[in-house]
Amino acid sequence: MATNAHTEVPGGKKAPFPPFQGETVASQLFWLAICFAALYVLLSRILLPRIGGAIAERNTIIESDLAAANRLKNESEAAQVAYEKNLAEARAKAQALASESQAKAAAEAEAQRKQLENGLKTKLEAAEKQIASTKTAAMSNVRGIAIDTTGLIVERLTGKAPAQQSVERAVDAALH
Amino acid sequence: MADPIAQFQIKKIVTLGHIGGHEIAITNSSLFMMAAVAIITGLAYLATTKRSVVPGRVQSLVELTYEFVANTVRSTAGNEGMRFFPLVFSLFTFVLVLNLLGLIPGFFTVTSHIAVTGALAVLVILVVIVYGIYKNGLKFFKLFFPSGVPLFIMPLITLIEILSFLSRPLSLSVRLFANMLAGHITLKVFASFIGLLATSLGVAGWLLGVLPFGMLIALTALELLVAFLQAYVFTILTCLYLNDAIHPGH
Repeated sequence: MATNAHTEVPGGKKAPFPPFQGETVASQLFWLAICFAALYVLLSRILLPRIGGAIAERNTIIESDLAAANRLKNESEAAQVAYEKNLAEARAKAQALASESQAKAAAEAEAQRKQLENGLKTKLEAAEKQIASTKTAAMSNVRGIAIDTTGLIVERLTGKAPAQQSVERAVDAALH
Repeated sequence: MADPIAQFQIKKIVTLGHIGGHEIAITNSSLFMMAAVAIITGLAYLATTKRSVVPGRVQSLVELTYEFVANTVRSTAGNEGMRFFPLVFSLFTFVLVLNLLGLIPGFFTVTSHIAVTGALAVLVILVVIVYGIYKNGLKFFKLFFPSGVPLFIMPLITLIEILSFLSRPLSLSVRLFANMLAGHITLKVFASFIGLLATSLGVAGWLLGVLPFGMLIALTALELLVAFLQAYVFTILTCLYLNDAIHPGH
């Protein structure tokens, strides 16, 4: 096979499989020890603490920011509660004031109405009294007129004036 | 056809010397390890220069990874497991970045070598054993004697528990190594089909090459998932084993 050309060593023997070549092991282990030790020391002494520190720092910043946000949220909630309480109080006060003034106005109106009513009543009574007196006066006038008229009518019909007393009696009988 | 194995070849760049007869050299593998360390620490450094409250892209990426690994450790090994967070984070990012780097065409995949994955797995198991004994003393070995097991099958259960404990580094390392190796061989084979068709069939080959090319795109997407998933599996198993060290006795 042509491939042998690559793995053949100058001596003409077929070279062993590279991972199993014993003579390279010492160099590999030597450099592995140096490189890995260097890596370990650099990482564990310097770099990893710094990376971990940066991560921890970020976490504390995030935590404190979250705490601040929480605190502000609580504060704003408290402010909202206070505002709502104030609002409710003001509303209750306004309502009390309104109902009070309404009651006062109603009472005033009632009193005024009563006063007016009383005035009207007295006026009504006086008017009624006047009507009654006028009526009686008119009624007494009616009797006189009726007696005179009756006397005159009877006189015209009979040609002779009737006795005053009989006319009065007749008129009274007719009126009652 | 290009050799699908050649991509795993470790190439020497500079030979530094010898330790106990073993050659120590700067290779392509070590360059990629250094690149991974530079990428991880560079990104982490960039993410922490500004430290803004609202993160930018890099900071967001790094912090997401941080929290992802932290949550994984916390949910599997508990809060006590967080003392191993730097280790788990290093393992996860190291393996993940090496896996992802390897996906770039022409780049070397460090985690496709059993020596690397095996060393990482042994490191994990050593930490588990050392911390387990340091923290719990002899009680750590209760791990091999689960409570509530009848006495007559206890020897069998203990044998199984010891075997499963010993196979942990093996499964941990082989899983990652084999996944990376197999994935990259598959990618290479499908990629070489395109060239093979073009050279052997001419224009018809160019047209037919669309088929393996589409397959290659789908496989690359799959390998991207595998690269992440294997890093995650390595991490979560590490956390589970660490949990055994922290809370032995089921």
